[in-house]
Amino acid sequence: MAKTQDDMQELVDRSYKHGFVTDIASETLPPGLDEDVIRTISAIKNEPEWLLEWRLKAYRRWLTMDAPDWAKLNIEPIDYQAISYYSAPKSESDKPQSLDEVDPKLLETYDKLGIPLHERARLAGVAVDAVFDSVSVATTFRGRLLDAGVIFCSFSEAVKDYPELVKKYLGTVVSRGDNYFAALNSAVFTDGSFVYIPEGVRCPMELSTYFRINAANTGQFERTLIVADKGSHVSYLEGCTAPMRDENQLHAAVVELVAMDDAQIKYSTVQNWYPGDENGVGGIYNFVTKRGDCRTQVETGSAITWKYPSCILRGDDSQGEFYSVAVTNNWQQADTGTKMIHIGKNTRSTIISKGISAGQAQNAYRGLVKIMPSASNARNYAQCDSLLLGDKCGAHTFPYIEAANPTAKIEHEATTSTIGEDQMFYCLQRGLSEEDAVSLIVNGFCKEVFKELPMEFAVEAQALLNVSLEGAVG
Amino acid sequence: MLTIKNLHASVDDTPILKGIDLALEPGKVHAIMGPNGSGKSTLAGVLAGNPRYEVTDGSIEFLGHDLLDMSTEDRARAGLFLAFQYPVEIPGVNNAYLLKAALNAKRTYNGEPELDAFEFLSKIKASMKIMEMSEDFLKRDVNAGFSGGEKKRNEVLQMQMLEPKLAVLDETDSGLDIDALKVVAEGVNRLRDEERSFLVITHYQRLLDHIIPDHVHVLAGGRIVKSGTRELALELEARGYDWISSEAVAS
Repeated sequence: MAKTQDDMQELVDRSYKHGFVTDIASETLPPGLDEDVIRTISAIKNEPEWLLEWRLKAYRRWLTMDAPDWAKLNIEPIDYQAISYYSAPKSESDKPQSLDEVDPKLLETYDKLGIPLHERARLAGVAVDAVFDSVSVATTFRGRLLDAGVIFCSFSEAVKDYPELVKKYLGTVVSRGDNYFAALNSAVFTDGSFVYIPEGVRCPMELSTYFRINAANTGQFERTLIVADKGSHVSYLEGCTAPMRDENQLHAAVVELVAMDDAQIKYSTVQNWYPGDENGVGGIYNFVTKRGDCRTQVETGSAITWKYPSCILRGDDSQGEFYSVAVTNNWQQADTGTKMIHIGKNTRSTIISKGISAGQAQNAYRGLVKIMPSASNARNYAQCDSLLLGDKCGAHTFPYIEAANPTAKIEHEATTSTIGEDQMFYCLQRGLSEEDAVSLIVNGFCKEVFKELPMEFAVEAQALLNVSLEGAVG
Repeated sequence: MLTIKNLHASVDDTPILKGIDLALEPGKVHAIMGPNGSGKSTLAGVLAGNPRYEVTDGSIEFLGHDLLDMSTEDRARAGLFLAFQYPVEIPGVNNAYLLKAALNAKRTYNGEPELDAFEFLSKIKASMKIMEMSEDFLKRDVNAGFSGGEKKRNEVLQMQMLEPKLAVLDETDSGLDIDALKVVAEGVNRLRDEERSFLVITHYQRLLDHIIPDHVHVLAGGRIVKSGTRELALELEARGYDWISSEAVAS
């Protein structure tokens, strides 16, 4: 009868639903990292000389850098020589031209994840650029987008087909030497997505990409570049899930969002990495650098997550918004946050961050709001809420504020709450199951963020969160 | 309907209920009155299965089931409803959504088909009219930012929707002005029929002017010290609780 912490723990301890491994022969480089590995990756991908040079410069810069240790995380030193930096499904050599040609096992994998590519794409009008391990295997709706002048393809294809655009914008938002993981990514990134919206165009559909880590012990280094030309508009969602593995997998992504004058990029992330088992074995190491304009983020999974997307508000009157949900469970550790850098006059930014911790997980939020001397009348509002499930997890908030202009107005609010026994009892007394009650309360907690997601994605985000609640929360 | 025998219950190892015997017949309204700290809310909580309370002795039979053997949610689905003294706020959760989930959980438990959105909406709109609630209640978060009176109306609205076999009202009159009290009482009275039983817990007699009880029990020191009809409530109103307590001690 009593709904004790132990019962809650039992719900929390259910195993990860998406843990399975697709058996496909992979073309994988042996573990290790040196200039030859980078040359090999570049050669496999038939890259132009300038890009190889760009990678090598990043690698040399990375060698001079130290891994950051200031996050509130407990990270064993990562052996970068024990990781393989390239893995592609074999069918890559003769690239599928349509979904029919895609390896059925890949499609099966997406099915298990509840991502029925063709149906979803057709019904929802969403073009999906599905990334499996490091290579893009299916791109849909590209033709329709091209009619509108929108380019949406894998990063490798963009390098081949639109080299001048890639060369012009690559590294302009997150430079090669921006931070340790950005430098590593710049050296070894394998694939990702590329989007270009021409001047004045409103992208006719939502764009979505799924990343998935499949081969064991493979680093996953996505690079995404979204360029929205003057006055254009695009909405983009990135979602991730990963199968169960015993060894930690490394994910170090870079996302660059380039928004020209009056352009708007609505960037959303839904992530559901394998969080490691109840002893903290396995799980994904996730290190992400993102920078650009408005975004929404939903994140669950990852043994260790270290993620700081940022917005630079350069133009006068420009606005930045950041919404995020992060779920941690078992021994997961997350250290996420955002940077809002105000440069232009009358710039405004909003940060809404929701952290959910269960099991023995630790969830830290760190936000930097920087008002430059030029940013007269800048305003920022930050709200950071943490929800704890059970009594063994923790939440931490670290707001950093640097204001160099006296006219700036900055507000920060933070709350920490537990799922109250009274809330649970109230729901149970109305006849809801324990699992439904937790899901209801957690979804309510996230509502402020979910309502910012594009309609099609709100449903996906909720589904992903619920999957992780089944396994992670109850 | 409900038979409570020799019920003992504690909170944090402090005994609160010290041997309650009570039987509710179908279609009857029993009122439980008593001074603060007498164990009224504990009794309500024990019936509903609040994990704060530990039953140390005794038995409760509800519609032929051993109530103490049932989970909180199964008690609710089987038809036991508790109108909370302090309804809980659940930010971000839509009022109508919770109610629909609750109603369908109950229907599924009882082998009935779930209500679709249209059936649900027409049902809830009818109830909201009775409770004199505006339709934006449907869109608001569960009890969040509700006034005391709105929260209590919401409890009775839920009760009307869930159509329980036994409704336990825990000080539903507290914090209500006289107009709200009338609306709430009217909402309860509409549900009275030959099958449904009520356990109305209250500190004051005035609620019983509007919800006329069949029986009145006085709870003091964790025991029922006196039972009677409505006249007993009026007598308590006139004389206070002290005489009862001393009478109980004397006997």
